[in-house]
Amino acid sequence: MRASTPVMAACTILDPMTMATADEHAAQEFSSVVASHRPQIFRFLLASTRDVDLAETLTQECFLKAHRNWSSFRGDSSAMTWLMRIAINLQKDHWRNRRMQFWRQTRANSVDLDEASDWLPSGESSQETKLLARERVSQVWSAVERLSERQRTVFLLRYVEELELSEIAHTTGLSEGTVKAHLSRALARVRAELGGKR
Amino acid sequence: MTWKPKWTNRTEEPAEIEASDPALQQALGDFKASVRAWSDAAHNRPRTVQSIVVHRSWQLAAGWSLAAVLLAGTMSGGFYEHHQRVVASQIAAAHRAEQERQAAAQRAVDQAQQEDDVLASVDTDVSREVPSAMEPLAQLTDEGDSK
Repeated sequence: MRASTPVMAACTILDPMTMATADEHAAQEFSSVVASHRPQIFRFLLASTRDVDLAETLTQECFLKAHRNWSSFRGDSSAMTWLMRIAINLQKDHWRNRRMQFWRQTRANSVDLDEASDWLPSGESSQETKLLARERVSQVWSAVERLSERQRTVFLLRYVEELELSEIAHTTGLSEGTVKAHLSRALARVRAELGGKR
Repeated sequence: MTWKPKWTNRTEEPAEIEASDPALQQALGDFKASVRAWSDAAHNRPRTVQSIVVHRSWQLAAGWSLAAVLLAGTMSGGFYEHHQRVVASQIAAAHRAEQERQAAAQRAVDQAQQEDDVLASVDTDVSREVPSAMEPLAQLTDEGDSK
């Protein structure tokens, strides 16, 4: 999709009309990327932070950063992988930022685990099934809460965003072996949480 | 020291862990669905623009207030300036009248002095021309005695 950009850039030197057309084309292209990937980026950030407002802010920042660097995106990876990498870095920067240490400590706007577990799969019909599903979701949240930052990121990318291991490796900059190791530890912790309360 | 086979330290594959535990699979599926439901609801929630409206009305009120203050300031400044000019002209007129009065008084004093001087000089001139009242009689007396 982005392979023609250098050719178009060469044309723009000669023709201002072509330059305007290329700009419009790039803007349209970016708009379509935003429209198609925004929900996924927001979902990942929401699951990572459990804070709707913070997730929205970081999503906005992610697309703002992507827009600024859109011309440098060469299409080596998919747009989704590129955007997810930006989102992960923004999230890391946010929590590491000294100015935000207060928020990191209190997580004032984050919803608690019970509230996060209130959202249930729509297919659950009976009251008992709903209760059981709520219990399971709560247990997984509880395990996710205790994961390291990297384990949590890998876990959410695999089991919420359903990325392949190779995509997760590409997004996080880890090797596939490391991704597998993080996932195994995360799963072991979730299984222990489920087993302990079963 | 006991020997342990290498495979006992092998990390279990994530896929193997999932496959071996249906309860885990179920929990992961529920978790994914729950997060997606929450995210969709949060993403599609209506956004209110109340704060922006309030902000704008506040700005409007502040703008009108500022304009009113500026207008009042300008008008009161104008009135004050006008009042100052009136007072200054009144003071100047009074000053001029006083000066004219003093000049008129001075002129009257000068005129009176001038008249006095004229009368004094006339008196002096007249007194020189008139002979002494007893002088002719004295001459007659001298002439009779010699005869």
